Amino acid sequence: MTREEIVNKLRERFGADAFSTSEFRDNYRIILPVERVYSVLEYLKISCGFDLLAELGGADYLQYPNARDRYGVWYVLVNTTTGVRLIVKTFTNDPEPTVPSVYPLWKGADWMEREVYDMYGVVFDGHPDLRRILLPDEFTSFPMRKDYPMRGRGERHNFPIISRPES
Amino acid sequence: MAVEGLSESVMVTQLDKLANWVRKNSLWPMPFATACCGIELMATGASRHDIARFGAEAMRFTPRQCDLMIVAGRVAMKMLPVLQRIWLQMPEPKWCISMGACASSGGVFDTYAVVQGIDRFIPVDVYVPGCPPRPEQLLQSVIDLQDKIQRTGTIAGKEFQIPAQGHPPRSLAVDVPPTERMVAPGNYATATRLQSE
Repeated sequence: MTREEIVNKLRERFGADAFSTSEFRDNYRIILPVERVYSVLEYLKISCGFDLLAELGGADYLQYPNARDRYGVWYVLVNTTTGVRLIVKTFTNDPEPTVPSVYPLWKGADWMEREVYDMYGVVFDGHPDLRRILLPDEFTSFPMRKDYPMRGRGERHNFPIISRPES
Repeated sequence: MAVEGLSESVMVTQLDKLANWVRKNSLWPMPFATACCGIELMATGASRHDIARFGAEAMRFTPRQCDLMIVAGRVAMKMLPVLQRIWLQMPEPKWCISMGACASSGGVFDTYAVVQGIDRFIPVDVYVPGCPPRPEQLLQSVIDLQDKIQRTGTIAGKEFQIPAQGHPPRSLAVDVPPTERMVAPGNYATATRLQSE
């Protein structure tokens, strides 16, 4: 099944205006509202053979030219039989950015969703164990957000000082 | 110092100096290697540069058997409690070499997650500049540390009880007020700069 056939199939199943598409070099993207993202991904996995979730990532579009939504979440799907790649993008907004978890579809989404949560604070609804993965548990900010200062808010200096006589 | 009336094989010295001589020629490094400086540290231990010439070849991966911590590489804020714990677990007398720009000052990694110099949180005896330093520079730091041990050491470790000279470096926490924001991506000339509102 080629990309065009897959997109036509999706249009038949979900309606012609259910999603928009864009293309850059060999990247083909399907842009979806967040309410529909789980059902489309489920359909892509079960009926179109996308058995591998190769990547899952996030982005913060604060102050980005012409951006309408703040947080983006994107999925790179691969059909390991035909080698077709497809990118699915969705957007979510403050105050409670939430995206449905795709952990029930691909178990590999576990750590990738935790990382997006760790860096952007996007909550993955239905994730079995959504907690920080890279940053320490006591960290309170989401450092990849664009309104977070690059040098942090003093977290890196919030430690006891051990002097010579004490050690 | 030879003493008259005794055999030439008998020497008299101070106990402190003898202890220092023994200690400085038998340093047991704890390699706290977190980045590329660790590769240079391994090269220093290998045959070409051969840190064994200075009696420091017995690297141990448990702090309880070491007396010289070599911090080689950047220390992230998640790693710093580990570093402090390892430092506290080392038996006295103990010394610390801060190897490379990142361990000494944070290096190029001036970000929220990287500690800007380990000397803010643990005592450091010798700093090694470089990114990463050559093995010769690390060997020089070992020689300098040996010199320091010989000059200042005491058998009772009294030199460790003296508070460090000067104040610890000023905290960087005030450098960036929360009102500052990142400039949006898309313009690479300003993408990583901070902009005040």
